[in-house]
Amino acid sequence: MAFLSYLINGLGLGSVYAIIALGYTMVYGIAKMLNFAHGDIIMIGAYAAFFALNAFHLPLLVAVLFSVAVCTVLGVLVERLAYKPLRQATSLSVLITAIGVSYFLQNSAQLLWSSATKVFPSVISGGALNLGGVSVSYLTLITVLVCIVVMTCLTLFINRTKTGSAMRACSEDKGAATLMGINVNRIISITFAIGSGLAAIAAVLLCATYPSVYPTLGSMPGIKAFTAAVFGGIGSVPGAFLGGLLLGVIEILAKAYISTQLSDAIVFTVLIIVLLIKPTGLLGRKISEKV
Amino acid sequence: MLKVENLVVRYGMIEAIKGISFEVSDGEIVTLIGANGAGKTTTMHAISGLVKAASGSITLDGVDLLKTPGHKIISLGLAQVPEGRRVFAQQTVEENLILGAYVRRDREKIAADMEYVYDLFPRLKERKLQTAGTLSGGEQQMLAMGRALMSDPKIILMDEPSMGLSPLLVSEIFEIISEINKKGVTVLLVEQNAKRALAIADHAYVLETGKITLEGTGKELASDERVQKAYLGG
Repeated sequence: MAFLSYLINGLGLGSVYAIIALGYTMVYGIAKMLNFAHGDIIMIGAYAAFFALNAFHLPLLVAVLFSVAVCTVLGVLVERLAYKPLRQATSLSVLITAIGVSYFLQNSAQLLWSSATKVFPSVISGGALNLGGVSVSYLTLITVLVCIVVMTCLTLFINRTKTGSAMRACSEDKGAATLMGINVNRIISITFAIGSGLAAIAAVLLCATYPSVYPTLGSMPGIKAFTAAVFGGIGSVPGAFLGGLLLGVIEILAKAYISTQLSDAIVFTVLIIVLLIKPTGLLGRKISEKV
Repeated sequence: MLKVENLVVRYGMIEAIKGISFEVSDGEIVTLIGANGAGKTTTMHAISGLVKAASGSITLDGVDLLKTPGHKIISLGLAQVPEGRRVFAQQTVEENLILGAYVRRDREKIAADMEYVYDLFPRLKERKLQTAGTLSGGEQQMLAMGRALMSDPKIILMDEPSMGLSPLLVSEIFEIISEINKKGVTVLLVEQNAKRALAIADHAYVLETGKITLEGTGKELASDERVQKAYLGG
């Protein structure tokens, strides 16, 4: 029974990783860049939700929407101001810029709101559901549900809508997409908007579980989710989902059965083994280089 | 219809196109022939906005294409079948065709054009639910042409449509180019297969290292001694 409850907790944590990983993987799929500032968008989302709840006393759903709006605008702005001018630059320049944006956001948060940890209000009641002897907290249940809803909506959006099909076209060949009349810059903006909006949702779920808000809050979940995206195959949406869930489960099981201190090391060891066996990640496609 | 004047394109310090001028009139098939590296594809890319021109002008029915963003050019009635086909390999044949009509809103006419494309290329219809990456080279070429037709263009630019295809398929592709042209679509054709291209062209230009060195009707150039020597193996 203990195993089952660890598993479910792992799925809960993994759901948060999966939602964050979607942001990494979509941006990589379309803009072919690693947005290392993605974790810090989560941090801004957490502060936005914190102020909406604590200072403006908004209801939870409105606070989530506010946080989503803030992050969406921020994500699009970061892309416009920092990454778009580098569209023709080497990927290394873009990568370094992303790291710069990351520090910029962290330091701005520190300047604006100090580095002191703020306590995120408890938003989802602490009750638990008894499922055949295994107790599952409402929070975990909601987290997993939100993740499933997000995944379903996103998959439908990408596969069934015109904008989604334009996104898939851009991820394959931006030049050919332009010839079709697709405004590639607009598609990249939409991708950043969606990824950043999802980061806000992840921020609220994360803070509901670990209720402290501080300027470097996004770093660790950001790196874990990035790992999840690589694990599942970067650029693949189902891969981010699978990678996120597996990473969460492995982390919690490692903590429970092996060592709390070593859990992160174990997670990364698994990643290295997967990449040694399948360099494109679990669901990643082999990208053939065009000449 | 399409007018290119004193076009210059540079890649860094290298001048790939050194001030060329040519014209494509309504309803014609015009071909640009030349060896590898002569600047044919660069010229095509400059017209469709994929590379920036350093100077000169390109106009389509009087509209300045150099001032038009790349993604808006197709709405002006200019479609391109790019070199190497560049179909969306992970999407199905049908999805590729629908992407060809991305900028259009006239649903019924789009459906009719889809039927027209399937009539023109029955093999695409058979494979409409297959992903484009699983098609043979010839089928991908047909898909790229069908995709361009789906935008209901006035003019199609075709970049090396016969590249890498078997002689039989090459004949088929050239027949279809003539057929598309007879339906009223103007064609600008870039080819290394000079013999075939000149045979169907109303007008032809020879491009050599970024400059136009000869021009005339398809027939004139096909019988020109210099062209025969350099491009027709004569």
